[in-house]
Amino acid sequence: MAETTSESLGGIGQSVKRKEDLRFIQGKGKYIEDFYLPNMVYGVFVRSIFAHAKINSINSDAALKVPGVVAVLTEKDLAGVNLAWMPTLAGDTQAVLAGEKVLFQSQEVAFVVAETQAAAVDGASLVEVDYEELPVVVDPFKAMEPGAPVLRTDKEGQKDNHIFTWEAGDKAKTEKAFQDAEVTVSQKTHYPRCHPAPLETCGCVVDHNAFTGRTDIFMTSQAPHAHRTIFALISPFKEHTTRIVAPDIGGGFGNKVPVYPGYVLSAVASLVLGRPCKWIETRSENIQSTGFARDYHSEIELAATKDGKITALRVKTTADHGAFDAQASPSKWPAGLFSICTGSYDIADAHVQVDAVYTNKAPGGVAYRCSFRVTEAVYIMERAVDLLAVKLNMDPVQLRKKNFIKPEQFPYKSTTGWEYDSGDYEKTMNVALEAVGYDQLRKEQAEKRSRGELMGIGISSFTEIVGAGPRKQFDILGLSMNDGAEIRVHPTGTVMARFGVKSQGQGHETTFAQILAEELGIPEADIIVEEGDTDTAPYGLGTYGSRSTPVAGAAAAIAARKIRDKAQKIAAHMLEVSEADIEWKDYKFQVKGVPGKAKTMAEVAFAAYTAIPDGMEAGLEAVTYYDPPNFTFPYGTYICVVDIDSKTGEYKIRKFVAVDDCGIVINPMIVEGQIHGGLTEGFAIATMQEIRFDEGGNILNGNFMDYMLPTAVDTPHWDLDRTVTPCPHHPIGAKGIGESANVGSPPAIVNAIVDALSHLGVTNIEMPVSPWKIWRILHEKGVA
Amino acid sequence: MIPPSFEYHAPGSLADAIGLLKQHGDEAKILSGGHSLVPLMKMRFAAPAHIVDINDIPGLDYLKEEGGHLRIGALVREADLEASAVIAAKFPLILDATKLIADPQVRNRATIAGNLAHGDPANDHPAVMLALDAELVIEGSGGERVVPITKFFVDTFETALASDEVLKEVRIPIPPAKSGGAYFKLERRVGDFAIVGVAAQVSLDGAGNIQSAGIGLTNVGPMPIKAEAAEASLAGKAPNDATLQQAGQLAADASKPVTDNRAPEDYKRAMVKELTIRALRRAVSRAEGGN
Ligand SMILES: Cc1cc2nc3c(=O)[nH]c(=O)nc-3n(C[C@H](O)[C@H](O)[C@H](O)COP(=O)(O)OP(=O)(O)OC[C@H]3O[C@@H](n4cnc5c(N)ncnc54)[C@H](O)[C@@H]3O)c2cc1C
Repeated sequence: MAETTSESLGGIGQSVKRKEDLRFIQGKGKYIEDFYLPNMVYGVFVRSIFAHAKINSINSDAALKVPGVVAVLTEKDLAGVNLAWMPTLAGDTQAVLAGEKVLFQSQEVAFVVAETQAAAVDGASLVEVDYEELPVVVDPFKAMEPGAPVLRTDKEGQKDNHIFTWEAGDKAKTEKAFQDAEVTVSQKTHYPRCHPAPLETCGCVVDHNAFTGRTDIFMTSQAPHAHRTIFALISPFKEHTTRIVAPDIGGGFGNKVPVYPGYVLSAVASLVLGRPCKWIETRSENIQSTGFARDYHSEIELAATKDGKITALRVKTTADHGAFDAQASPSKWPAGLFSICTGSYDIADAHVQVDAVYTNKAPGGVAYRCSFRVTEAVYIMERAVDLLAVKLNMDPVQLRKKNFIKPEQFPYKSTTGWEYDSGDYEKTMNVALEAVGYDQLRKEQAEKRSRGELMGIGISSFTEIVGAGPRKQFDILGLSMNDGAEIRVHPTGTVMARFGVKSQGQGHETTFAQILAEELGIPEADIIVEEGDTDTAPYGLGTYGSRSTPVAGAAAAIAARKIRDKAQKIAAHMLEVSEADIEWKDYKFQVKGVPGKAKTMAEVAFAAYTAIPDGMEAGLEAVTYYDPPNFTFPYGTYICVVDIDSKTGEYKIRKFVAVDDCGIVINPMIVEGQIHGGLTEGFAIATMQEIRFDEGGNILNGNFMDYMLPTAVDTPHWDLDRTVTPCPHHPIGAKGIGESANVGSPPAIVNAIVDALSHLGVTNIEMPVSPWKIWRILHEKGVA
Repeated sequence: MIPPSFEYHAPGSLADAIGLLKQHGDEAKILSGGHSLVPLMKMRFAAPAHIVDINDIPGLDYLKEEGGHLRIGALVREADLEASAVIAAKFPLILDATKLIADPQVRNRATIAGNLAHGDPANDHPAVMLALDAELVIEGSGGERVVPITKFFVDTFETALASDEVLKEVRIPIPPAKSGGAYFKLERRVGDFAIVGVAAQVSLDGAGNIQSAGIGLTNVGPMPIKAEAAEASLAGKAPNDATLQQAGQLAADASKPVTDNRAPEDYKRAMVKELTIRALRRAVSRAEGGN
């Protein structure tokens, strides 16, 4: 018999092809639009045309006359069942349908239910809403000025537009460090409001059956269990009679974490009408009304010695949360993990303050492919280090190396309270420098400058914090952020494994099977992974914040080890030796010192159901709920090289090297895919994406014509490499990779562009970096 | 993204199409490639009660050189232009522009006639045709007429076409020997409409001086613009830097850009100048036999 190896099993470290791709690439995935239930009705929203207006009346008469229109639901109908408002994940309240007034353009005002989607759209176009415009607050700084109109008049005691102040670090010590500093730099910058824009928009089909009392909800949910619990907490739906199924999901990126009015209204419609109701957003609705990301206005300051040792960091941020605080941060962490902004650097003192503000914009602040505000944190820090390098006339590489947390400092306690688990930042950076040919590039840049050509090199050596999170610190609306794994080994040695997380394209069906293959010695092809159905999956808080591998991946390994423990007992019985004489070697149970005497997991599984030893229960199953002892801290160094056309401001990313360290890699191909996707998103954010508003709160680019996604032609080539520093507290040493690239790449790109212009005295340029912004600078400096 | 309901007609002849257009007047719209019209309908910016689909009409998909002209029928797709040998040999300007329109899927359906008939200053062919001095053959219930491109664009989304008329053919004079053209387009992203586009066509005389030049501007005004002063400034001149700079400035002066999602107005005006210079430079190089 051929030897069993990790490769033959498709275990950890193998680029196994994705099990899910067979259906995805042939159009056989099953998304919300693929659900057609008999007798189904369709819901479509009437949305506000104003950003802030009183609603005097809503007239549905004409809409109800459209053939096929069944009902028009308004706030009054919801108030009757106590569902006009719902809690947000951040503990605020959000209008399900606008009542007295609308607070942002595109807000949900009425829900038209019809026999066909077309009839619902026709009906929606005929609902007459009598608005009375109110003064609009778009700018978060103006929102905080005395005398600004108070937006949340629905909230008792709310006298201004301030949501919260959150602080981390030691303010007094930081102030002192700045007073004593030899050198300081500061920069104001805005991380623009952008949107996760998943390919599949949000939607659901709700099927309430009055006869069985059961409700099936098929929905685009990154967290089906959490959503069901929330439904049960806020609505007449009970947890045991409600089943949420998240089927195939066409990308989430944080956009499918919040609960949206469309879900609630579909449920109400199904309950009232006794028929299944489908709701699915158009692209414009998705961009205009559902969870946006970022929108952090920050001022960052660094204090340092003359020779480049950073001594302190100070950050003051104004966060624009829109009309409702509907961000998706853990309860006790209103600014998420933003205090990771000390980054990869050993900094003695830091103080971070975030003030969140209501404005007349769509609610959100979701963690778009990032672990709760880590992207914003990384951006400002990596920009600031470059700023300091310019001020000190020091190479940005040298400055970073000088301030890196050193390998021997791990576990490293940061001044803002995090315990970094592991890392070797300089080693990773050196791999990137080598790959890009850094010294040569600097020479080339100097030569080009002397000829008036513009070329820049940008570095980002970021550290992330992912895998939320330890129960002692983290919960969402009180639900602790632990995740379950449930494994059944069948008599013939094949496996069904279920998880509380939910893939939206990350490839869990493959990677989790690989972890189990490695742990159980069963080929990944014989392991099926199922997620997303609350009737069958163990409890868990879902997939976002790169938490699936750190939390559910750990649960997979631990549950598998429980199975191995039981299997070892059975194997001992089968081999007629004591358990202590058995060792797990070469993916088999072997009698120590007698290589020929062994049992495979499949053989043991059969015995577990057919020849179980006396005194032992039959079966081979395990359940685990994993509470991570700490976060994981993936990191990397990205280097970007740009060439700028000095007459038009257009630029090209000539080379982009990304060296990541996410600890142990389960599937290198999938990891590379995640990095490619994240880099492309980061590239889009840095270069072309921002949801823009005029002074009246009108969205200026609420569709894909003007809110742009890069095509394959626009996207640079990505050069990838990696180092491996295993996570010391994770059962298989993995750290999570879903988000590093989105988090780490924008500052590399902006740093490269600023670097290309630095000899002209340029120190900052705001994202998205449109060529016209560069041209304006060049024009002012007399270059263009 | 569902249009209001409408009645769909698919006439089998031009005469039938014109009959339907006459019957329904302003209520009717011609559908050719559909890539401008259908998005507008789905967003409910346009709500025609009748759609007259001309795609079934035979004999409108010719692309041929005849009588000193290139004649392009109404149902010639962008993809056909890309694949055409005549265009590759004699109209590098058209080829440049066509390749920059949208993406291959759109180009497989979209027609040059629809691109012009839409009257959108953001479309690329209008500027190209202004630079090439094209003529448009139009047929309606009153018969056929030929309209020079300079008289075709009336306002944003408005052309000389009456509601019962079909743009049947685009007719372009074959350029003399020693001619060349080029299209330069700034885009926010590949396949996007232009921030600024400049079409340039030049013919050189025996001495290598510019005999005639055509310059069209995309998306820098309420209508596509023919930069006539810039064209005139080039006649008889040697194509040196100073000449091109001056033409670029005159083209910029002729533009009327506004600030929008694409870019601010000052940038667009400056880019008209820069792209005009670049387009002319490449057009001259091509006229000289280069690339
Ligand atoms: C994603 C996308 C990107 C695009 N990018 C670009 C771009 O970069 N540059 C560019 O130039 N264009 C672009 N377009 C537009 C595309 O080229 C259009 O399809 C084209 O402008 C219209 O041609 P059509 O055949 O599709 O016309 P249709 O959409 O069918 O019709 C357009 C209008 O012209 C009328 N019409 C059509 N044919 C005739 C005729 N023979 N006689 C009289 N009236 C007629 C119609 O009634 C309608 O009013 C883009 C389109 C899309 C969807």
